[in-house]
Amino acid sequence: MATAARNTDCLHAHSSDALLICEHCDTVYRRRPLARGEVARCVRCGAELDRHRALSANALLALILTAMIVFVQANIWPIFTLGLNGQFSATTLWGMIVTMWEQGAQVVAVLAAATLFFFPMTKMLVMGWLLWFARLGRRAPGFAPLMVALHRVGPWTMSEVFVLGALVAIVKAHTYFEVVADPGIYAYGALTLLITIFAGVDMRQLWEQTPEPKA
Amino acid sequence: MNALPRAVDLDLIGCRMCGLVCRNVPGNVKLDGDGVDDAMACPRCGSTLRRRKTNSYARTWALLIAGFLLYIPANVLPIMRTASLNDIDDNTIISGVVELWNNGSADLAVIVFTASIVVPMLKFLSLGMLLVSSQRGSDWARPQRARLYRLVEFIGYWSMLDVFVVALLTALVRFSVLSRVEPLPGVIFFGLTVVLTMLASMSFDPRLIWDGRSNDD
Repeated sequence: MATAARNTDCLHAHSSDALLICEHCDTVYRRRPLARGEVARCVRCGAELDRHRALSANALLALILTAMIVFVQANIWPIFTLGLNGQFSATTLWGMIVTMWEQGAQVVAVLAAATLFFFPMTKMLVMGWLLWFARLGRRAPGFAPLMVALHRVGPWTMSEVFVLGALVAIVKAHTYFEVVADPGIYAYGALTLLITIFAGVDMRQLWEQTPEPKA
Repeated sequence: MNALPRAVDLDLIGCRMCGLVCRNVPGNVKLDGDGVDDAMACPRCGSTLRRRKTNSYARTWALLIAGFLLYIPANVLPIMRTASLNDIDDNTIISGVVELWNNGSADLAVIVFTASIVVPMLKFLSLGMLLVSSQRGSDWARPQRARLYRLVEFIGYWSMLDVFVVALLTALVRFSVLSRVEPLPGVIFFGLTVVLTMLASMSFDPRLIWDGRSNDD
């Protein structure tokens, strides 16, 4: 803290987050409270600056817990089953990852494991942890590094792309095989819906909503 | 004074991680971010404060060109082999789209074509254009260019679609000698292309669109 204070004069201490800088074009704005459903857009470049926070920490935590349950189901249940002359073949997400590894496409296996399992899981666990404490009006242990990690992991979760991929695969397979949709695909569908809701939530609001710990 | 002041003019820096607005000590952080920063950390989250993403032009060009080079084998080489009793068929990205179209799934054919061909090409062309125009300090169509960048950033990861399709079919179509699907090298090149173009669009700094010539020299 002492070294930072030497170099930067941090404005939030005295003007209480009064300023906002557009990340897409560097235009400086004065913050103002937004009405329900309102989205503030940059006058210069049109990027979104800020939006009304409709969901409380409680509501968000409930959604995260739901998403975690659905995520577990999406991972343990088979996605769909193919049938050919009385033989059947089904796979789960991890079955798919292992097969790709064994078939010599290790790069794809790693990509799929990261974007469909490890990153989404990290995101949900970190969000749950942070929100659990935010609900109590506190900053969770490890708050700052976890917030940074969350920001970095953000663009690398691809569950919704996988759902579309599964639909394409079903249609392709349908020409030659009998296709039976399994519970996993429905769990993935529900997960996509939940992810769409999260997409509109800026977790950075927690910086403002929780008090800074006294050093 | 402009009605819309920019952080650069006011000597402010917004933390790219947590959004905190900080005042810069004059001369401490360089505008282009290319030099070695004096490791100025955000007092709130501890991330390094930078006015612009580090080495944005060089990094974006490098990743974009690398992504484009890998996109060539991704399209030329087959991505998937379907083998049955008396027939081996190697599919490229395009032949997969054609097959979907011929089998009566025109809508899905369009989706796959968009995700695998249109989106990557749009990324190469758009980011290339944004790099050239920003490096020249052009003030041409700035709001439209800004919107184009946001579009590229938003749709980028949907290109992974075909990779997941191949992975799923490989895992499912395993009927010993009757029918099998195997991944072929094209799908690896394609996956890497998607990752590299995502990294490229992340390393481009959209604020450079608005910086103009005066800040270059």
